[in-house]
Amino acid sequence: MLRVEDINVYYGAIHAIKGISLDVPDGEIVALIGSNGAGKSTTLRTISGLMRPKTGRIMYDGEDITGVPAHKIVGKGLCQVPEGRHVFANMTVMENLELGAYLRNDKEGIAKDMEAVFEKFPRLLERKDQISGTLSGGEQQMLAMARALMSRPKLLLLDEPSMGLAPLLVKEIFNIIKEINASGTTVLLVEQNANMALSIADKAYVLETGRITLSGTAAELASSEEVRKAYLGG
Amino acid sequence: MDNFLQQFCQQLINGISLGSIYALIALGYTMIYGIIKLINFAHGDIYMIGAYFGFFATTQLGVGFIPAIIIAMAGAAIVGIIIERIAYRPMRNAPRIAILITAIGVSFFLEYGMILLVSPQPRTFPAVFSPTVYHMGPLVANSQQLVILISALILMVTLSYIVNSTKAGKAMRAVSFDADAARLMGINIDKVISMTFALGSALAAAGGVLVGVYYNSIDPLMGMMPGLKAFVAAVLGGIGIIPGAMMGGIILGVVEAMVSGFLSSTFRDAAAFGILILILLYKPAGLLGKNVREKV
Repeated sequence: MLRVEDINVYYGAIHAIKGISLDVPDGEIVALIGSNGAGKSTTLRTISGLMRPKTGRIMYDGEDITGVPAHKIVGKGLCQVPEGRHVFANMTVMENLELGAYLRNDKEGIAKDMEAVFEKFPRLLERKDQISGTLSGGEQQMLAMARALMSRPKLLLLDEPSMGLAPLLVKEIFNIIKEINASGTTVLLVEQNANMALSIADKAYVLETGRITLSGTAAELASSEEVRKAYLGG
Repeated sequence: MDNFLQQFCQQLINGISLGSIYALIALGYTMIYGIIKLINFAHGDIYMIGAYFGFFATTQLGVGFIPAIIIAMAGAAIVGIIIERIAYRPMRNAPRIAILITAIGVSFFLEYGMILLVSPQPRTFPAVFSPTVYHMGPLVANSQQLVILISALILMVTLSYIVNSTKAGKAMRAVSFDADAARLMGINIDKVISMTFALGSALAAAGGVLVGVYYNSIDPLMGMMPGLKAFVAAVLGGIGIIPGAMMGGIILGVVEAMVSGFLSSTFRDAAAFGILILILLYKPAGLLGKNVREKV
């Protein structure tokens, strides 16, 4: 579904991503793990078109999307939930969801998806007319995911969905990610919480200072000595 | 005392009509600031361009007031879009001071470009309304004041509707709040920025035509002072906040009218800029603004 081929990304003079290649097969959950500053978010931002790679190629659904602007990529069914959620805090929950469906014009389909999203996140239904800046962190994460689902993504990019959340909420969020994947959406998940990520992923990559240092099935990585030491707390 | 009250109410009428023009210009300032964080110092000149569009529409095409104001708004909207495309878009990632200086350059370009094009001579704006004077007891209001008030009201209600209830308006608010997140929703921010310039310029143009109708005289440098005053109005209400610009405009107009009426009209401008100093000292975020810390 998504193939990243040897991309190099720079922030000015800083070489942030040094020749990364990834393969995200249709229907799977692929995790990208690594510590702070390894380049995980930059990789996602490059895939979703917010940044341009200097060299390399990004193939999505058989199409070269390298350098295509972000707003056009969303229309192709590739949607990113950014790190730190980035809900529109000055708008209501409903308005956020409507913006998620910005590129769609099928009123009935949107209404249907809205219902489905509220079924998946009942807490958002209770708060649908609330200004989203007043939601808790967990609710904002749910809203950010729900908003992305409103665009009917085929591939969902999730950037640190567990960040700053209580363990119980993290579990809930990860269960929902599994559900989303089970209903046919491919997921590329970026996480510092390697334990949780490996527990739901099919495949994973380990990123260190802009390079991929390890890759394999989630089970392989979870049992690998190196990964256990560095990311799973022994 | 009775005399004082009468004078007060009279100045209130004058102030509100002048203030609604400030409000129309301030709206564009505030919307453009909200979306690209630029104080568009050329905005007052867009108001002047609008007045000229209205002038030529009435004198050359011989149309009435409503078509003239529509032509002026459309013309200024196009000028606004072109200015953003040529002058500001290439500077999108430049330091803020660079783009601010660009705006001042655009302002001079428009002012002296128009002097070259239409001559520096003031033109007499044709009287599109027969000047009827309405007496309400001891108070007087003329037809121009009513036209200004009604037009400004209609435009502000329309703008509020566009911003709050349409898809385009939601996109505008989204871009102004978080541009990257908006792009991830599929919003083309270049288009939204163009639309914001179009809307803001159209409102300023309407203000220009209304002033032409009110004072009967327009000239290429007419935008300087009202541009600065509208900037004060936008800061007073809280820059980036749409209802704030409306409120700031009206307050400023009323204060100016009161100062002219009770003290002397020579203090009028001093009062306006005094307000700017006071607001920057005591409530820099503006009347409706919240003190937000910069995100790091």
